[in-house]
Amino acid sequence: MATQILTAHCPECDAEIQLKDVLQGEIVVCPECGVDLEVVSVEPLQLELAPMEEEDWGE
Amino acid sequence: MKIGILLSRIRVEEKWLLATLEKRGVAYERIDDSTAQFEINNPSPWMQYDAVLERSISYARGLYATQILNAWGIPTVNMASVALTCGDKLATSASLAAAGVPQPRIKTAFTPEAALQAIEEMGYPVVLKPVVGSWGRLLSKINDRDAAEAVLEHKDTLGSYQHSVFYIQEYIQKPGRDIRAVVAGNQTVCAIYRSSSHWITNTARGGQGEVCPVTPELNELCVKAAQAVGGGVLAVDVLEDPQRGFLVNEVNHTMEFHTLAPTTGVDIPGIIVDYTISAAQGQASLPFPAMGLSSVVPVMAKTGMLHSVSVVQSAQR
Repeated sequence: MATQILTAHCPECDAEIQLKDVLQGEIVVCPECGVDLEVVSVEPLQLELAPMEEEDWGE
Repeated sequence: MKIGILLSRIRVEEKWLLATLEKRGVAYERIDDSTAQFEINNPSPWMQYDAVLERSISYARGLYATQILNAWGIPTVNMASVALTCGDKLATSASLAAAGVPQPRIKTAFTPEAALQAIEEMGYPVVLKPVVGSWGRLLSKINDRDAAEAVLEHKDTLGSYQHSVFYIQEYIQKPGRDIRAVVAGNQTVCAIYRSSSHWITNTARGGQGEVCPVTPELNELCVKAAQAVGGGVLAVDVLEDPQRGFLVNEVNHTMEFHTLAPTTGVDIPGIIVDYTISAAQGQASLPFPAMGLSSVVPVMAKTGMLHSVSVVQSAQR
């Protein structure tokens, strides 16, 4: 887990997003446009649009 | 000893579980279910794991992965047979019935015509549920014949054959809440009420949590329900019927606990990780090693994991 502040841009609206204490595979929400983003890489921080919910997802 | 943790997304639950694995000092490896491969006749890459904790967000991925791992002799939390039962509401209901666990009246039928007749005989309102599904997805409360005909026709055209397996449950006039209890082996370790003004009380759908006392009656019922589906670390959802009392609604095998853990203060990730370690040591095939309540309910430190997720610009969920 990266403890320093990391910066990337939202692939949907290009807003600058700052995160810390994130793990690869985590889902974050863009504070500007509200889209769900998946942290696909921590160092460097890379964000992609999160996959849509599938029918067999859950607990 | 080495633990594998099979993951899709890192939800707050997985963050807590990974932090607990670190804290326990146990060797572990993250296994991403989107890149994992299994060669059926070559288990050797997987034999490094003494147990695998299954946290896939996809029911299918978690189920098939654990079926393969169990076939190779690797214990999983929970076991594939438990996932197979818990992931299918009809299989769950059948197991609960076989064990004599009280549950709402349930009917099933395989055509819209037979389902409509079953609903009319049961009486309105009823709840139609997909046999596979979670988070309150596609639940339908049917108040009259018009709604029944419409929903049955729509379900019949949804595509997946599973939507033509009609699972019909009587609607329980619950007091604006249900109960979620966590069972580890032979003990109910904590419970919450999930309240909502909507008839669907899942916290995934906005339900609010507050502590529910684990009475001897609730403990006994939940343990019985957990054992009925094969046992492990499980979340049992219970409805309160005004006349019949507690009725088991469903049992979840890869529980979320983002509301439960902070509400009760009970260290759920610690309990799950310790159960997995026991499984790795060959001690938790079932039941969970006998433990007193005090030893099985470690309390999360106030400044510990629950507050370790800090956010910049509140971009996280």
